[in-house]
Amino acid sequence: MKHLLSVTDLDAAAATGLLDTSDRLKQALLGREVRKLPTLRGRTVITLFYEDSTRTRVSFEVAGKWMSADTVNVSAKGSSVSKGESLRDTGLTLSAMGADCVIVRHPASGAAHRLAAWSDQDRDATGTHTSVVNAGDGTHEHPTQALLDAATLRDRLGSVAGRRIGIVGDVLHSRVARSNVFLLATLGAEVVLVAPPTLLPVGVEQWPCRVGPELDAELPTLDAVMMLRVQAERMHGSFFPSAREYAVGYGLSQERAALLPEHAVVLHPGPMMRGMEIAPAVADSPGAAILAQVRNGVHVRMAVLYHLLAGAPE
Amino acid sequence: MTTRRTGDLLITHARPYGEEAVDVAVRDGVVVEVGAGLSAPAGVMDAEVLDAGGLVLLPGFVDLHTHLREPGGEESETIATGSAAASLGGFTAVFAMPNTDPVADTEVVVEHVWRRGAEIGLVDVHPVGAVTVGLAGVRMAELGTMARSRAQVRMFSDDGRCVHDPLVMRRALEYASALDVVIAQHAEDHRLTAGAQAHEGVVASRLGLAGWPATAEETIVARDCALAREAGAALHVCHVSSARTVEVLRAAKAAGVRVSAEVTPHHLLLTDATLTGYDPVNKVNPPLRTAEDTKAVRAALAHGVIDVVATDHAPHAVQYKDTEWAAARPGMLGLQTALSVVVHTMVEPGLLDWRGVARVLSERPAEIGTLPDQGRPIAVGEPATFALVDPDGAWTVRGAALASRASNTPYEGMRLPATVVATVLRGRVTARNGKVRA
Repeated sequence: MKHLLSVTDLDAAAATGLLDTSDRLKQALLGREVRKLPTLRGRTVITLFYEDSTRTRVSFEVAGKWMSADTVNVSAKGSSVSKGESLRDTGLTLSAMGADCVIVRHPASGAAHRLAAWSDQDRDATGTHTSVVNAGDGTHEHPTQALLDAATLRDRLGSVAGRRIGIVGDVLHSRVARSNVFLLATLGAEVVLVAPPTLLPVGVEQWPCRVGPELDAELPTLDAVMMLRVQAERMHGSFFPSAREYAVGYGLSQERAALLPEHAVVLHPGPMMRGMEIAPAVADSPGAAILAQVRNGVHVRMAVLYHLLAGAPE
Repeated sequence: MTTRRTGDLLITHARPYGEEAVDVAVRDGVVVEVGAGLSAPAGVMDAEVLDAGGLVLLPGFVDLHTHLREPGGEESETIATGSAAASLGGFTAVFAMPNTDPVADTEVVVEHVWRRGAEIGLVDVHPVGAVTVGLAGVRMAELGTMARSRAQVRMFSDDGRCVHDPLVMRRALEYASALDVVIAQHAEDHRLTAGAQAHEGVVASRLGLAGWPATAEETIVARDCALAREAGAALHVCHVSSARTVEVLRAAKAAGVRVSAEVTPHHLLLTDATLTGYDPVNKVNPPLRTAEDTKAVRAALAHGVIDVVATDHAPHAVQYKDTEWAAARPGMLGLQTALSVVVHTMVEPGLLDWRGVARVLSERPAEIGTLPDQGRPIAVGEPATFALVDPDGAWTVRGAALASRASNTPYEGMRLPATVVATVLRGRVTARNGKVRA
């Protein structure tokens, strides 16, 4: 594995391998007073974020630090040529400074792909090798989020294969949904999408999932439900009439959460809009794995860095 | 005694429209004799001889849709480099879109473009005037003044943008009808394409690229056909990209609307399947669509529902293309690859013969653009304006080797059929064997 750009870079064996490494790293750190492994000592990991983010950036930074990598955070504002240095020049500059890995978040779909392509060209020319990790590109993908969701589901349900997982909300604009649909399907889960028709992507019927017309009808059969964040700007884009109507139709209220089987897990990639897509009481209930997702995020990202930089088991 | 002059020429063993081989004698830019075993045209001692060796002779190509970028975008293309690309591609006349800086919305700018084209002299460069001032879609530009200028503008367009306001479009069509000029519409309802990056379909949806729905083209074409019928005006639809639009055009033509339409080579050949690597060389507006759409536009071109092929030649310097997808400018080179793509998509599958190629690349575009001395028959008394084509030639496209200043070809590395061996403009050889003649 040279880069991690999309979950489709991973087959079931590779994804499971990453999840297993994540588990091993978690065990290795469990109960340690000093949470530091020497694995990536001397390696330089740079986060390059063109969008605001707290959890993802910090999670990658902590993951790097716990493995003794030197981590540097670059937060870049603006993304177009007119606003400053091009993405290509920024990427090549970081490579030239010796970055072993650039973790990129960018508002443009495909930005990580482009960065990886330039990195590969640069390697052919100069011999420097920089791995690229996609930490969220536009409305395309967020692969490490899907991996940490899969890790959380494995923890809670014992396995992902054969489980039925609902993804609810703004699938159209969600990179989390895209990564999850394809990764969970690769791992053998059955995925059900529930969303207003305006927030379902064109051609979704060709994705490895089913579209459920009504949330209440799906909930009793789900092993897990993932609530997607509804971004404020969608409320003014004629995607649905009002926040209230959205919450009534697609929010996970307490009454609705009661329709889930007892073992079911509630996931949310965060940040949550409490009261909109998820009721506060549900978010804080024992079924909710939202903080477990965050904890697993660090271990999964350690695993990704380990596989990319230390050439861990293919 | 006579001496050798520009415009005197003898072409031997050429097959007009791929038919019987003949010799063509040219004096002073005009065909004076067509037949077997000709010698130099009467009164000319040593006319240049072009031995065609059985190659296909066609009327010079006419491109209704190019972006030559001058003035203002000279880092991507100039009228000189664009003219060179055109003549190497077999073109003898090109229409240059007005989205330059400054915009070609005044007599001054259109005359400048026209004069630069004439000075370079490789192809006839016809500026397209803007429909509205600054392409802003609000106030009509001085169409009459541009039409009566030395540039004799015959086509107006806000290309790159749609004349969106139905009232502005209606008035432009009405006003144009008295000038006997054509309004060329970039059909795109921008309310349906806000933020759009790629054809709205399975591929873009998986890639997370905001969709450009085919309905945004279809609805504007339907509206404009209704407006053109009411105004009795000539409407030309730029770069038809979808099967749905073809159906609208078919119905409008059947109803007697004065509408013509063009398709680009890239919409004949390429689909959104090229998008998966996010290389913005494939970003274009309207976007590459599906295999079904390419099939529909090919059939429409074969049957005359779509009248012509126009390149939408859109050079972009590397800094505008070697970026993330969303930041990249839309557009691709087209002048030097147009014939090869038409041969590949239309001639090889049997959808067009060489007469058909002459129709869609030369005769019909000359009619639509009101060019009396282009797209003419290969016959005595007609201008000697030709493209000489090797139908069995094949070549590998290399952007860096093309004459354009930019190199954003979507066909990089592709092997395509048919080469342009020579281009002749009123008896003067402007390009031969891949080299332009200054």
